[in-house]
Parts: sequence; structure tokens; C-alpha cells
Amino acid sequence: MPNKIEVLNIKKSFGSLGTIENVSVSLEKNKFVSILGPSGCGKSTLFDIISGLEKPDRGDIIIDGINCIGKTGKVSYMHQKDLLLPWKTILDNACISLQVKGLRIRQARDKAGTYFNLFGLSGFESYYPNQLSGGMKQRAALLRTYLFSDDIMLLDEPFGGLDAITRRSMQLWLLGLLKNFKSSILFITHSVDEAIFLSDRIYLFSKRPAIVKATFDINIQRPRDYKTFTSAHFNEIKEKIINLLQVE
Amino acid sequence: MLIAIWEIISRTGSVPSYILPAPSIIIYSLFSNFSLMGRHILVTVYETLVGFIISVFLGIIIAIIMDGLPFVKKVIYPLLITSQTIPIITLAPLFIIWFGYGYLPKIIIVILICFFPISINLLQGLGSVDIELINLLKSMGASKYQIYKIVKLPASLPSLFSGLKIAATYSIMGATIGEWVGGKDGIGVFMLRAKYSFATDKVFGAIIIITVLSICLLKLIEFIERKSMPWVAYEKNDTLGEQI
Ligand SMILES: Nc1ncnc2c1ncn2[C@@H]1O[C@H](COP(=O)(O)OP(=O)(O)OP(=O)(O)O)[C@@H](O)[C@H]1O
Ligand SMILES: [Mg+2]
Repeated sequence: MPNKIEVLNIKKSFGSLGTIENVSVSLEKNKFVSILGPSGCGKSTLFDIISGLEKPDRGDIIIDGINCIGKTGKVSYMHQKDLLLPWKTILDNACISLQVKGLRIRQARDKAGTYFNLFGLSGFESYYPNQLSGGMKQRAALLRTYLFSDDIMLLDEPFGGLDAITRRSMQLWLLGLLKNFKSSILFITHSVDEAIFLSDRIYLFSKRPAIVKATFDINIQRPRDYKTFTSAHFNEIKEKIINLLQVE
Repeated sequence: MLIAIWEIISRTGSVPSYILPAPSIIIYSLFSNFSLMGRHILVTVYETLVGFIISVFLGIIIAIIMDGLPFVKKVIYPLLITSQTIPIITLAPLFIIWFGYGYLPKIIIVILICFFPISINLLQGLGSVDIELINLLKSMGASKYQIYKIVKLPASLPSLFSGLKIAATYSIMGATIGEWVGGKDGIGVFMLRAKYSFATDKVFGAIIIITVLSICLLKLIEFIERKSMPWVAYEKNDTLGEQI
């Protein structure tokens, strides 16, 4: 089966600042792949390149077998900040992706509304982002991302700003949610636990300018739950990754 | 308090009433001349509103064009700034010569005064929209039109309204200046006639009318501002408890 996304030998600098030295990443269909790396190593930049917002200095981005450098609209991209529009209600924020795809606002609202329950947001349709908690904002942003395309999703630290308890419950919620979806997901995180818990594979990036330092295939069986965090297999992988991070 | 002192000073006759009439006299003359003033007020309000509405459209369109096409901005922006250094009052006689004594020259003066703050404020607002929000739409492959409609215009509403408020406070004054220079009716004309006959109470009455009209226009804009930006009311609200 061809890979959904193939990132090949990408290099990117901003002026004299070498950000990504040489990175190759592949995402298979229906898989969850995480990118783990120190702050400022170019993870978000890589997502900008995959989504077509930035052009790489060198290398290729193959999406569903087609070279997509500089082409936007091919994947759905949840940015590091929630980027909800403060002047739109949660429902209308979720609708943006459908509107961009050409749906009228009425149809968009009907369609988006049916997902509110699944995303734990029902009853809050007419609230403005400022009236919501951090976790709810992230779920709203995730819903907007999902509505744009459930095929390939790039999620940039979706739980980065949340407290530990909320974060843990969001991770469990996301896993439950994904059971019903056929999405292929590329996920950025700082948290080793989060990466192991959610992923089928982890790419470990070096510090800037980034190269892929190691890859880990995570074979912990699914369904996973909160017990996974304390299992022997989980801790074995965690130790390996932490040892590698220590070397830096 | 100030008004009370003013009343006493005028009443005791230490200042002649053609220089400073007592407030009570001003109010009295305001009411007794109201039927006569009514027509003048309507004319001024008409000139102001027409000029103001045209300014709003013109200001918004020019701001969007300058924001969307940087090379147009390079040409127009310096011209706009220079145009504002020309005192309007010196142009007014020209407009009278060109366009006669009707409403048109006054409307043009209102436009010249109002459109600048609207345009410049909106332009500044459009220019400072969070680039990441724009990128979000771009990553979805949104068109320029969609980016304006969904992000840029709503994001710059606060700037637009601050421009509108500045314009509103000057608009009535603009029309009045136009009427001073030449016209058959309007509050400015009424003021001139009152001045020639040393009817200082009427001049003061006109000043009050102009002030009240300006405030009304300002309040109207503030009302529309609140209605069109309902989310602002929630900006300081506490967030709800986490519900998972
Ligand atoms: N548009 C840009 N122009 C110039 N430099 C940039 C630009 N975007 C990113 N950079 C630089 O590239 C480097 C990598 O940024 P990036 O946001 O990709 O890091 P990151 O790995 O996502 O970090 P974090 O984990 O903190 O989000 C940073 O040093 C940043 O300053
Ligand atoms: Mg980042």
C-alpha cells in the first residue's frame, strides 16, 4: 500500500538559520505517527512545509503519490495555537473549513452540528471561544481540522497548553475517537509519554538543524488505556527514548 | 455649576448680552426659533449623512484595495497623506465655484474630511491581522475573497469603528464649514445670518445643535459597534469549568 505522506530529504533554512538539515518521514494509511523533538528544532516548520505554507530548500513532499510542494488544501492542519476566531461562535468556527470547501453556511452548520456530541462540545454551539476552557477550545479546533479532511491530519501539539490531568483525559478521548475514524495522523509533541501512548511509530528529531535521530515502532497492542502508561513494554521504550534525549 | 455662574454673570449685566447671552436666553431662543431652524437642521443632517455614508463606502473600498495590492498602496498612500495637509477651509471656496451653492460642495467637503480617518484606520487594522490566522485559512487552500470575508474584515472591525467614530465627530463640522463659505440653507448659514444681526443667542443655539447632532451620530455608531461585535462582551468573562 502506498504511503499517505512521504517526506523525502527535506532541508529548510530561514536566512542563515539552518532549521531542518535533512529529514525523511513516512506516514502509512490509517497509522498514527509522532514527531518528538526539542523546542525550536523545526517541527512546526516541517508541518508548514507539508501543508504547503512554506517551500523547502530541497527535498520532496509526496501526498497520495503526488508531489505536493507548495500546494495547500491537501491535508488538514491543526496549528500549535488553537487559532479559533474570537468573533465566531464555536459552531461557526467549526464551520470555517466547510465554508472554505464551498458549503453554504446553513449546510455547514447542519453538518458540523452533528459532530458536537462526539467532540464533547454539545450544548456549547453558540458560545464564543473566550467562554470555553482550554480543553474545549482544543477539541473545537480539532473538530474544525477533522471537518476539513478526515483523511490526513497534521496535529501540532494539540494538547501542549493543557494541565497534566486534562491532558491525560484528552489523550484517552482522542484514542477513543480515532477508533471510529480511518484517518492517518502526523502528530507533534514534546511529551515522551504522549508519543508512546498514542503512536504506531515515533520519529525522534535532533536539535536544530534537525535530522531524524532515531525511529521507534511502537507495538503495544490496541486498544490502549490508562494502564498502558504503567506497562513494562511502555517503560522499556520510554527508557530508550529518554536515554537518547540525554545524549544531546 | 459653570452654567449657574454663567447665568449670574450675564444677568447682572457685567457682560453685554450680544457677547455672552445667559443660558436661559439661549435655551429660550433655541425653542422659539426651532421651527425656523428645523429646515436648516434637516439640510445639514442630510449633507452630513450623505457625505458620511459615501465616505464609509469609499474609505472601506480604498483601504481594501491598498491592503490587497501593495503597489497601489505605494502610489496612493503618499497622495492621501499629502491631501490631508491641505486645509479644507481653503478648498471650500473652490468647490463653491465649481459646484455652485447647492448640497454637492458641502457633501464633498464632508467626504474629504471623513473618508481619511476611516480609510487609514481600516488599512492599519487589515495590516495587523494575526498572520497565523491568515495562514490557517491559506493552509486550507482558501481564496483571497474567503480570507477577507472570514478573517481579515471581521478582525479589523474594531479599527474600522475607531475610524468611524473620529469621522463622525468631524462630519457635522465639515458640512457647517461648507455652508459658511456659501449656501442658501443649513445650520452654517443660520449661524452666519445670526452673526450679522448680532443675535449671539442664536449662534450659541446653533453651536448646541451641532454638538448634539455630533453626539447623536457618535452614539449611533457606538450602538452599531456593540451590535456588530457581540463577542467583545465575553472577552473578560471567566471560562467555564472543564467538562470532559
Ligand atoms: N517564518 C520564519 N522566519 C524565520 N525563522 C523562522 C520562521 N519560522 C520558524 N523560524 C525559526 O525556525 C526554528 C524552528 O521553528 P519551529 O516553530 O519549527 O520549531 P518547533 O520545533 O515547532 O518548536 P516548538 O516545539 O517550540 O514549537 C526556530 O528557531 C524559529 O525561530
Ligand atoms: Mg512548534
